[in-house]
Amino acid sequence: MSMKIGIPKEIHTGERRVAATPESVQQLLKLGFSVAIERGAGEAAHFIDDAYREAGAEVVEETRRLWAESDIVLKVRAPEQHPTLGVDEAELLREKGYLISYIWPAQNPELLERLATRKATVLAMDSIPRISRAQKLDALSSMANIAGYRAVVEAASQFGRFFTGQVTAAGKVPPAKVMVIGAGVAGLAAVGTAGSLGAIVRAFDTRPEVKEQVESMGAEFLELEFEEEGSGSGGYAKVMSEAFIKAEMALFAQQAMEVDIIITTALIPGKPAPKLITAGMVESMQDGSVIVDMAAEQGGNCALTEPGKVVVRDGVTIIGYTDLPSRLPTQSSQLYATNLRNLLSDLCKEKNGVIRLDMEDDVIRGTTVVKDGQITWPPPPLKVAAIAKPKPAAPPPVAVKKVEKKKSGLLDWAFMGVGALLLAALGLVSPPDFLAHFTVFVLACFIGYQVVWNVTPALHTPLMSVTNAISGIIVIGALLQISSDHTLISVLAAIGVLIATINVVGGFYVTQRMLKMFRK
Amino acid sequence: MTEGLLTAAYIIASILFILALGGLSSPETARRGNIYGIIGMAIAIVATIWGSQVTSYGVLAMAMIAGALIGGYVANRVEMTGMPQLVAMLHSFVGLAAVLVGYASYLDPNSQLQGVEKTIHEVEIYLGVLIGAVTFTGSVVAFGKLQGVIGSKPLLLPARHWLNLALLLASVWMGFVFVGAEDMAGGIPPLLIMTVIALLFGIHMVMAIGGADMPVVVSMLNSYSGWAAAATGFMLSNDLLIVTGALVGSSGAILSYIMCRAMNRKFLAVIAGGFGTSGGTVAAGPAAEQGEVVATTAEETAELLKQANSVIIVPGYGMAVAQAQHIVSDITSKLRSKGTQVRFAIHPVAGRLPGHMNVLLAEAKVPYDIVMEMDEINGDFPGTDAVLVIGANDIVNPDAQDNPNSPIAGMPVLEVWKAKTVVVMKRSMATGYAGVENPLFFKENTRMLFGDAKASVEAILTNI
Repeated sequence: MSMKIGIPKEIHTGERRVAATPESVQQLLKLGFSVAIERGAGEAAHFIDDAYREAGAEVVEETRRLWAESDIVLKVRAPEQHPTLGVDEAELLREKGYLISYIWPAQNPELLERLATRKATVLAMDSIPRISRAQKLDALSSMANIAGYRAVVEAASQFGRFFTGQVTAAGKVPPAKVMVIGAGVAGLAAVGTAGSLGAIVRAFDTRPEVKEQVESMGAEFLELEFEEEGSGSGGYAKVMSEAFIKAEMALFAQQAMEVDIIITTALIPGKPAPKLITAGMVESMQDGSVIVDMAAEQGGNCALTEPGKVVVRDGVTIIGYTDLPSRLPTQSSQLYATNLRNLLSDLCKEKNGVIRLDMEDDVIRGTTVVKDGQITWPPPPLKVAAIAKPKPAAPPPVAVKKVEKKKSGLLDWAFMGVGALLLAALGLVSPPDFLAHFTVFVLACFIGYQVVWNVTPALHTPLMSVTNAISGIIVIGALLQISSDHTLISVLAAIGVLIATINVVGGFYVTQRMLKMFRK
Repeated sequence: MTEGLLTAAYIIASILFILALGGLSSPETARRGNIYGIIGMAIAIVATIWGSQVTSYGVLAMAMIAGALIGGYVANRVEMTGMPQLVAMLHSFVGLAAVLVGYASYLDPNSQLQGVEKTIHEVEIYLGVLIGAVTFTGSVVAFGKLQGVIGSKPLLLPARHWLNLALLLASVWMGFVFVGAEDMAGGIPPLLIMTVIALLFGIHMVMAIGGADMPVVVSMLNSYSGWAAAATGFMLSNDLLIVTGALVGSSGAILSYIMCRAMNRKFLAVIAGGFGTSGGTVAAGPAAEQGEVVATTAEETAELLKQANSVIIVPGYGMAVAQAQHIVSDITSKLRSKGTQVRFAIHPVAGRLPGHMNVLLAEAKVPYDIVMEMDEINGDFPGTDAVLVIGANDIVNPDAQDNPNSPIAGMPVLEVWKAKTVVVMKRSMATGYAGVENPLFFKENTRMLFGDAKASVEAILTNI
């Protein structure tokens, strides 16, 4: 028997997103499910009930009925107290039902308990493992992308000037300078959006490996004169040392005086957001500047942020919205619904409308936080490597390298010492005539070394053929011997002259042929 | 001609040779450099012939004219794809000449050297013959492998390192016998025995090296031929030979070093051989999460190229084998006339000779200023619409960066996968020389165009 998917209206204040769009409904039907949606669920995201109906969903008037009849409930926000019905959404979920939504299991242990008592199976969209195979499910990334875009739009609407520099009949306008702190998905989206509006964008991140990504978006990557690796596991940042933070703060303080807009997205999993922009820095910014604190929900990266609000402090507008994705409801519903649809098609590979939870699959295992009333969170560590390179492997190579370096340093000295000794020995026994030749030889080696390093790699083949030709200089040796009275010697020498001449003529000729072809 | 004048001529020749190599620092000055080289060689030869030591002009003229004719003929006929073979063959000549000159010098009854000088002279002869003989057979085998007469698979004898060591020790021992010999009759046998050993060593050394390592081998033999010339210079007390030999020797040594670095391998490991066979089993491990290969057609590829604003072409040995460079050049000029930015990315070890791809592209009239080195172009892949990989495999393998267990881990590679779309032309799904799986083929933005490289590029050309 195929399962029924229910999509209730979001009840969180200000939440405009919805967990399914008419398009995703069609695809869910193709997987064999039947779909019901609460009346008005998509209204705030500009999806009307009729569109859902046309797509093949049943529109249900009554909230309780929708919950009771659905085998699988798709939601955006984690279940909470229903404002009109007076019950918690977790209580509405049918016994042994499935719930797929944001859960934040680490922050909401009592919610997990409540869902477990319903004997429910719960998949948390915020707990999807960060491996490349799961990217199509990664709702956090798709929402972060939207949030980054919206952050720039919010900043632009509060900022009193253009982003792009212009030269108009009415005078010259300098471009806005934007600094983005934290180059994760949201940060990169902000970098891209601000850049496409024409601003000069700089970005900072504690993880040096994102430098390339930042630069590929056309922004400048701010670097500290400081060696510390900031990558934690799973591609997230980790807490940095005190000295590093000091250097970092100095950089921010200096940048704050220069830039017009600061967008901060610095988060460390499971910790309050680091305070990066102090009250002093805000004061040092020019009047009319804007700070968008995307970490406001976790306490904010700026000391003066008030979560959920826009405040003006010392002439600087500080935006602390915590619902940035929801402020772009149509877009974020579309992406979130697609993430959900991808998850469901992974869960229902036979396309028969029945979910099969394969707990051997790392992605499914990591996402499932409650199974048949058993809390399965946190999941065991991943078997496959995450996006970032495996951390534990990193320290040993460093140590090894150091040892090697020391060794090779010692070896170098040893070689030099032996070389010097050999030369000294040679000087003691050999006649001056030989030493003169030897001097020439050594000097010629050094000249060769200097000259050949300057040869462009494109001409390595001509280099080989021309060195080949000039090594035919050995013909001189044969020439000197050819006039010997000794027949054997002159025969050997004659053959030597013959083949060395082949070398000389062939080598130079073919080099000339090749070089002629190189043209602009 | 007086002794002083001869020396002056030699000095001029040495300077001209140095200028010849210096000229190669850019394509603009390279031709002039080559002419310097020719002039230098002419001065050296004429001055020597003019000198008092040379009297038998008849034999000399015959040998030189015959040599010049053969050399000119061969150099005129050779295909640019056959360049590695020619270079290897010419190396063998230098080696052989060094052996002959060494013997002739030893047999010379006019030698008046005594005591330490005699010993040094004999050591010089011994070394000259040794290096010359190794260069000779090594180059002949390299020629055979490049020409396809000998299989390119490495021949790995059991206990080959011990065998090499034994040959080396035997040579050293023969050296002592040779230097200690009272007269010529006592010296000839050890010299002959050593020559045979060195010839065998040359064969064995190159036989053990796989096809992909050929650039290293050829440049190493290049270096040896230089040292052979330098050793000959010592035995004849001729500074010009010493200088030239040292120039060539260090040039070849640097090229070998560059090639080894480009493959992230130790020089000794390459020379010890056996790369092509050891990789196969190791690579089988992490093949699990590879996904599907998406095949494409020549028409689709042509469409892709037409729509792209920037295209990078990555040629490999496969292009040389298929002789596809001319058609690739036509595609390039067609795309460029449409305003598409087309560039070539050359990995240092693409092909069988350092700089081989550059020569082929130059032959096909691709302007050299759009042919880029790996370091110049690697940063540009992220902004590129389409990458065309023609007959290359290991040099575009992302595992070299991502998979520390891969046999080619750490080898610098062209980061083609960062471009929007990559089309890989390949005969089949077979692995490259390193015997390593290539995850590039399974990437989402990769399309595979199976078939002979020449037929594929021809089909693309007609569809553009």
